[in-house]
Amino acid sequence: MKHIISALVENKSGVLAHVAGMFAARAFNIDSLVVGRTEDPKLSRMTIVVIGDDRVLEQVRKQLAKVVPVVKVQDFVGKPVVARDLMLISISAPPEKRPEILPLIEMFKGKVVDIGPKFVMVEVSGPEAKIEAFINICKPYGIKSVARTGTIAMPRQAQTDS
Amino acid sequence: MKSRSRSSAGSAESPKKSSVKAGAQIIVDTLLEQGVDTMFGYPGGVVLPFFDRLYDAPIKFVIPRHEQGGCHMADGYARASGKVGVVVATSGPGACNLTTGLATAMMDSVPIVALTGQVRTELIGNDAFQEADTTGITRPVTKYNCIVKDVNDLARIIREAFYIASTGRSGPVLIDIPLDVQVARCETASSVKMELPGYRVRPEGHAKQISAAAAAINASERPVLYVGGGVISANATDELRAMAEKAHLPVTTTLLGLGSYDQSKPESLDMLGMHGSAYANYAVQECDLLIAVGARFDDRVTGKLKDFAPNAKIVHIDVDPSSISKNVKVDIPVVGDAKHILAELINEVEYREREKWFKKIAEWKKKFPFSYDRNASTVKPQYVVDEVCRQTDGKAIITTGVGQNQMWAAQFYRFSRPRQLISSGGLGTMGYGLPAAIGAQVARPDETVIDIDGDHSFNMTMTELRTAVENELPIKVCILNNGYMGMVRQWQELFYNKRYSKSYLSNPDYANVAEALGAVGITVDKKADVSGAVKKMLSEKNRPCVVDFKVEREENVWPMVPAGKSLNEMDGLDILESLA
Ligand SMILES: Cc1ncc(C[n+]2csc(CCOP(=O)(O)OP(=O)(O)O)c2C)c(N)n1
Ligand SMILES: [Mg+2]
Repeated sequence: MKHIISALVENKSGVLAHVAGMFAARAFNIDSLVVGRTEDPKLSRMTIVVIGDDRVLEQVRKQLAKVVPVVKVQDFVGKPVVARDLMLISISAPPEKRPEILPLIEMFKGKVVDIGPKFVMVEVSGPEAKIEAFINICKPYGIKSVARTGTIAMPRQAQTDS
Repeated sequence: MKSRSRSSAGSAESPKKSSVKAGAQIIVDTLLEQGVDTMFGYPGGVVLPFFDRLYDAPIKFVIPRHEQGGCHMADGYARASGKVGVVVATSGPGACNLTTGLATAMMDSVPIVALTGQVRTELIGNDAFQEADTTGITRPVTKYNCIVKDVNDLARIIREAFYIASTGRSGPVLIDIPLDVQVARCETASSVKMELPGYRVRPEGHAKQISAAAAAINASERPVLYVGGGVISANATDELRAMAEKAHLPVTTTLLGLGSYDQSKPESLDMLGMHGSAYANYAVQECDLLIAVGARFDDRVTGKLKDFAPNAKIVHIDVDPSSISKNVKVDIPVVGDAKHILAELINEVEYREREKWFKKIAEWKKKFPFSYDRNASTVKPQYVVDEVCRQTDGKAIITTGVGQNQMWAAQFYRFSRPRQLISSGGLGTMGYGLPAAIGAQVARPDETVIDIDGDHSFNMTMTELRTAVENELPIKVCILNNGYMGMVRQWQELFYNKRYSKSYLSNPDYANVAEALGAVGITVDKKADVSGAVKKMLSEKNRPCVVDFKVEREENVWPMVPAGKSLNEMDGLDILESLA
């Protein structure tokens, strides 16, 4: 099962290595890992998507919390969260295909961010499933390249009582 | 904060007046402030500013022959004293040589602060002379490590290192300090706060969980208390004994737990696990409640996990939450300091006779004691340990190599107090015994410290004998010299059709080696000479003494739970039974 883990960590050098090293040493499976700044300049947030059963995830949470510069660990599994990926995708789109492709982009609330004679670059964000669906729909046209951020997430209002 | 941590380590304030100092001096001053009076280490180019400041610092300094030895010495010092062991090494090769020692300490939760020099900050990443990515290399073998890039952070980070090393589940911490940071000067503030927002120590157990554990103990007909090294590092052995006595529980320990409970007591089941006692292993398999304290369900203890303690409810008391339910699903977890939790438990547990259970245990004990052929004409390795135990009245501090020697030391020496056995349990580091004995003797100058070692383990670090000579440390080394990597040979005999592939090599004359290095050397090849040699060894007061016992070459350690088998599937019980 996929779990989205959110870890507040100290914003200093070496922290990513501590966390990534622990995951590798303990043979935990990282699906994606995103690090970014937070509202507090001393803290960063890592959002880590991990796949594993309950026992593995219990260890992931505990081992993560044990890493000295990790301040707080939350597992969003089973909780209402907003989870988003951001993707840039470059699709083969010669002029004759564009009337077909543009409505698809529209349907996915994608944004054309660059356009060339043969390709369009599209920005799409949303839940992972939506991103995957968009990739699948683009496949028949030819995908030149994809860059994805990995998931970031935040619990919905009712849940953030702490 | 835990009682075992040094009081100054946890305090956020330093009493020193502010002044401008160089980084190297700040290191020395912070070590002194942390109560360091002894350290181990080896110099090199990028630690020279620090070594210069050590020149007239009031710190006893022991120089090993190899940094691995230095790290094991700091480890032995820490295990024998309960204080933080301190070791320093230069960058590159010096730091790399620490890794085995750090991994050994990490696996056994030993508090060490390692300081390493690093090339100048502006050279880092350039493959400079003697540059190694020390924090990268040592990250998986330390509880925490970091590099100091600004001299203004130095005092704080060293303080934090001592605090992290000695609190919670203790362990080694490495601080990497570039040359220019040792030279740079800064204003040292009169108070420096630790900044560890992500590090929390939970000293107290949850009252509800403690009550649940007590209720389970009170309800149990066939309990077993399973004790690990955590009880010793928490200085909780008095509480352990009181709790076990009040509730009337049989007690088994891991290798690292030996000494936490007096083995002469009838309730002692001795060590459990792969080469543990038959009675401990049977008791664990048949108990209805297993109370683990400061232990981590290592595979050498549990055997086949699926069949481990199949009828038992499991209580697990541990300071490290990640130890709980890592290998074995725990029914009643209690996270916190063993000393505090055991003290609370004493108030809630009730005495129960458990006559049937203790009777069964007594039968197993009678039927399958640790034993060997006492009438053999050859020098049995177990006899040597027996004799050492007898002549030291079970009071010596014992360190070990790894292999059969280690298991015989654990089986045949009778431990009665904490910090008495110093052995590499988790990593199983051959070569640990001698340097650990040196560290232990430095920490405990008035005690008898004996390294019960294997010939090949001793080969790995025997150069450190000269360190003992130089420092006038009267450590004793008993080499159980079977001419084999005995434990490897035993596995080859049992599981590889006696094909002794690469498990022996030629050994030197150890008595000559000892004499050449300035120690006393004795060779024993007759059973009749064992007792006299041990006596002579114990009489040496200023010099180390090495006794080369030429023991029975193909003796095996029994019982043995073959890897992957469950605890009650022990081999060698027929042999023990016939010798009982
Ligand atoms: C550094 C290291 N290398 C290899 C091993 C694997 N190993 C475990 S026991 C053993 C043999 C030990 O031989 P010796 O020290 O003579 O002890 P004995 O078993 O004969 O008592 C070996 C090679 C180890 N534990 N540590
Ligand atoms: Mg040997």
